[in-house]
Amino acid sequence: MTPSIVIDSVTKDFTLRHARSIKEMSVRALRGQRLSDRFRALDDVSLTLHQGETVALMGLNGSGKSTLLKLISGVMRPDSGSVLVRGRIAGLIDVGAGLHPELTGRENVHLNGAILGMSQKEIARRFDEIVEFSGVERFLDDQVKFYSSGMFMRLAFSIAAHTEPDVFLIDEVLAVGDPPFREKCIGRIRELRGEGRTMVVVAHDIQMLTGLCDRGITMRQGRVIFDGPTAEAGRLVREDRMARRAAAVAGEPGTPP
Amino acid sequence: MAATSIRPDEGLRAPGADGGLRQTFRNKYLLRLLVRRELRARYKGSLLGLGWSYVRPGVHFAVYFYIVGVFLGVNRSVEHFPVYLFSGMVLVNLFTETLHSTTRSVTGNAALVRKVFLPRELFPTASVLVSLVHFLPGLMILSGAAVAAGWRFSPEAAGAALLGFAIVVVLGYGIGLLFAAVNVFFRDLEQVVDISMIVITWSVPMIYPWTHVRDHASGWVLDLYLANPLVSAVFLFQRAFWLPGTDAGFGYPPHLYARAGLSLAASALVLLAGRAAFARMQQRFAQEL
Repeated sequence: MTPSIVIDSVTKDFTLRHARSIKEMSVRALRGQRLSDRFRALDDVSLTLHQGETVALMGLNGSGKSTLLKLISGVMRPDSGSVLVRGRIAGLIDVGAGLHPELTGRENVHLNGAILGMSQKEIARRFDEIVEFSGVERFLDDQVKFYSSGMFMRLAFSIAAHTEPDVFLIDEVLAVGDPPFREKCIGRIRELRGEGRTMVVVAHDIQMLTGLCDRGITMRQGRVIFDGPTAEAGRLVREDRMARRAAAVAGEPGTPP
Repeated sequence: MAATSIRPDEGLRAPGADGGLRQTFRNKYLLRLLVRRELRARYKGSLLGLGWSYVRPGVHFAVYFYIVGVFLGVNRSVEHFPVYLFSGMVLVNLFTETLHSTTRSVTGNAALVRKVFLPRELFPTASVLVSLVHFLPGLMILSGAAVAAGWRFSPEAAGAALLGFAIVVVLGYGIGLLFAAVNVFFRDLEQVVDISMIVITWSVPMIYPWTHVRDHASGWVLDLYLANPLVSAVFLFQRAFWLPGTDAGFGYPPHLYARAGLSLAASALVLLAGRAAFARMQQRFAQEL
């Protein structure tokens, strides 16, 4: 099998600044509080994903899933270690980041398509397909700010799902939209999967992930704790969830993110 | 369904490494769409739309003309003062607008910078192009006014205009790249840039003739004043659009073109430095925004 994404002992730290202005800084300094904290979002993560695999990335909030996706997409660079990817990457990372409210649906298809790496020709070729899939034909020449949130999400998903990437990153987007459209999205992902694209899916719906993915990776506090069958990976996340809930009930602060 | 586009022979690469200015200009389609988006967003819901790009310089012009030209009497000492004033003003406006919008270009697109990898140079570049779009109407009005004041085309005038324009664009782009990146880390820069507009407007011979500086300031102040690339650029634009229509008799400082050439070279260095600084700092954009 050809490796598609190679992540080699990647570590990523974030600095949380508590004070931005000089005033805040001096107040905190006088009180003897820390000006910033560092925390490790990813701790020595190594993974190899192969071409054509559909991988579920699971874990509680703050376990490092989104950071890992951002490193794969190239938005962020690792502090140490390396990330290598083959082919074109497209992300469904927070749909709608590229949609501009003042532009019409039509203009947004062109703009967002180009942002996601499509050429003018590709967009022209797939335009009708994108519009049909999103189901917003009637409002195509209205400004996107007048769209309902469902229409907005549908258009955004539809553009991203037609970009023909080699590596497709999907972050928490399947939770949006009404059930029929959600089904349609999952159908589209299955279709892309059938074409041999590599996919990394992040979602909280373990059941859906189990049905969709052929490999599950569970993360806990920036580390990969499990890599194998999706069902087992999901079981571990459920355990983590129970533990966090129990901690919250017991009145203790939950496990640190 | 279209055939798969997977190219298995393609090697593994570090994502996000192929940014930079070259990649930015290769992506002409996206650049064009971003420029259009910025124009659309700026005039959202306004009745006049792009017409505002005429109103703003129009009001500036009227204020300077009546206060400085008529009330303070510069109108009498400088021939065709309106053309003199306007030829400097279009260029200075181009510069200040470039600086204003490039400084905010990356922070204004924070959502995109955080989520999708694009060559980040796209954003300041689009801002510079938007400023150029706004520059065009001013340039046309200036040409019309110059012709009315007796201006005729000459190769020297065209060359001077081109050189002045090049200085402003190259310098503005260079500082713009640097400021766009620095503003991600220190938002204070936006305020500094806005305040510096006033200084820029009055530190070039656009409202008053440079001879006032020569006659009233000490030698080293004049040297410093003339070393400003923007001063050279304004001289060149006046040389191009205003001087040919006058009866001559207005003297520019010696070595006008030598100074202008040096200014262009210095601006090019600023652009190279800005580009390098941006490329370095952009690696940390996503986590800072």
